[in-house]
Amino acid sequence: MRISIDKIISLLFFILSAFYLHQAYQIQVFSFDENAPFNAKTFPTFVAYIGMFLSILYVILPERNPSKVDHKVLDYRSSLYLVIITVIYGFVILRVGFFLSTSFFLFFSYYFLGERRWIWMFILSFPFVALFMYLLHGILNVYLRDPLLKMLGIIG
Amino acid sequence: MIEGILIGLETALSFKNLLMVMMGCFFGTIIGMLPGLGPMTAIALMIPITYGFEPATGLILMAGVYYGAVFGGSTSSILINAPGVPGTVATSFDGYPMAQQGKAGKALAIAAYSSFAGGTIAAIFLLFAAPSLSKVSLAFRSPDYFALMILGLTAVSAFSSKGQFLKAMMMVVLGLMLASVGQDSLSDITRFTFGNINLLDGISFVLVVMATFAMSEALTIILKGKDPSRATEQISLSKLGSIRLDKEERNKMLKSIPRSSVLGFLVGVLPGAGATIASFLAYGMERNFVSEDEKQKFGKGSVHGLAAPETANNAACSGAFVPLLTLGIPGSGTTAVMLGALLGFGIQPGPRLYMTNPEIFWSVIMSMYIGMVILLILNLPLIPYIARVLATPKNFLIPLILFFSVTGIYLMSFNNFDIFLMIGIAVVATFLKLYNFPMAPLILAFVLGGLIEENLRRSLLISDGSFNFLWGRPLTTVILILTILIIGWQIYSSFKKRN
Repeated sequence: MRISIDKIISLLFFILSAFYLHQAYQIQVFSFDENAPFNAKTFPTFVAYIGMFLSILYVILPERNPSKVDHKVLDYRSSLYLVIITVIYGFVILRVGFFLSTSFFLFFSYYFLGERRWIWMFILSFPFVALFMYLLHGILNVYLRDPLLKMLGIIG
Repeated sequence: MIEGILIGLETALSFKNLLMVMMGCFFGTIIGMLPGLGPMTAIALMIPITYGFEPATGLILMAGVYYGAVFGGSTSSILINAPGVPGTVATSFDGYPMAQQGKAGKALAIAAYSSFAGGTIAAIFLLFAAPSLSKVSLAFRSPDYFALMILGLTAVSAFSSKGQFLKAMMMVVLGLMLASVGQDSLSDITRFTFGNINLLDGISFVLVVMATFAMSEALTIILKGKDPSRATEQISLSKLGSIRLDKEERNKMLKSIPRSSVLGFLVGVLPGAGATIASFLAYGMERNFVSEDEKQKFGKGSVHGLAAPETANNAACSGAFVPLLTLGIPGSGTTAVMLGALLGFGIQPGPRLYMTNPEIFWSVIMSMYIGMVILLILNLPLIPYIARVLATPKNFLIPLILFFSVTGIYLMSFNNFDIFLMIGIAVVATFLKLYNFPMAPLILAFVLGGLIEENLRRSLLISDGSFNFLWGRPLTTVILILTILIIGWQIYSSFKKRN
């Protein structure tokens, strides 16, 4: 018997709802609230039961038109590169500062997506980020944390 | 009301707010034009910029982005048959054939005039409907609100799921689960934080919107290998033809606009319906109204077939503000994003907004008129140039979307955890979208989660833990019957198709 991915996702959703229900029962409420008509665990408990009901309904009901995804045409490699580079960007943005981390993130993202027009890659990274920072920090007065530029005295 | 209109005009016509509505329309048009990126993504990307603004200014900017994105979606529908938003799919039925006949300029002009007329007429309806409905909605009690929110979630799931109602309802549950993370609003008891202090205040709304729309749309484009710019090869963006309409075309447009405006506005007011359904209904209705000769032209470049959906989708956008401004309940994913932004400003929309923050209430309505005028002035002559955005290669477009998403979260929290959480949610959302799990119900449930719990709490406390409150008031019962009818209709249509 072949089970569709849609049903597998629903099954995972059932497990998630069951885990959520378990966690909902673990919520520590005040002793005077324990038997109240409504306390901090009431709503999550309802939500968990509804989630379990819907997901199991999807699993047991016959499927009308399961989603058809052709995995051969999906570009997992580029997507993975992009996710990894975004994680690295998220990791260094606070340490290195906004300007350098963002500029390098953009430059390398263009590169990994196959772009080789170096001038455009440069313009749309370093000068673009500088302009964006000026707009946000200089004109709209939105605070941007950048220890490097602060040390160099470029931003306050 | 006159006093309110004057307050609204004064706020909306200030230099800063005029600049914001212009910026909003311009950027909204550009983002909405890019296939795959709709108004929700456009508004989500704008939220971080509005942090330092006054609430009225922020909301005016977002409203401008909303109309701009809907108009931008029409442009890509007409020029490259790739609707930027679902609400403009019907536009492509006759807009694209017109463009293929060398009348792209005319098609864009009809779309611009119809959008302007639809939006303006609906804004006039809103002007009268919103204050009256605000007064009526003061009679709403917690059980009514609870029932109304359940109706909204059910309706959005039914309409946005393309026949996959159960999947949409699962997304509603997921949205409610995400909304319950953090401290309980009444008792301050922490829930589902797993000892992580970053989750004490709950998951940020901006984070969820950025992850499920902006970031996951970008990842989907890469994953599917779609390049929006490739589609522009089908048509020369520099040779769009004349934008002048002859008398016959103007007359046809003038016939379609009034009826489609009324229909669009009414559909927009309904929870969950929105611009997509309004445009399809208007297209169908228009086909029934025209002569037999005109009927044959539908799908081959009919003026009626283009003007009707364009008028209706813009009228629906204005109509969607009615439940948001008067009841504090968004009727669509896009207005849910706007509700989240309003809550971020510390403003609770609802019947009392009209009295407590009249400048916000009226300035948003007034900015709609101004936005429509600006859209017309800005977009009509600039379309050949703005349309070049369609040629932006994905190699540049995708990293820029990711950059705006991460920056939005970075500006909000200066915290690595939020960025990683956003990436995690975006990856899951991309995978779920691949299997047709819609994201709009998730966002609506996430925004409404706290309000649903609050109103259920009040209702249960009043009725001493009994669910009698569901049939204790006629209004609650009527709303619940509507909800049951929607669910019943979904079950019926599912069985009918299966047989």
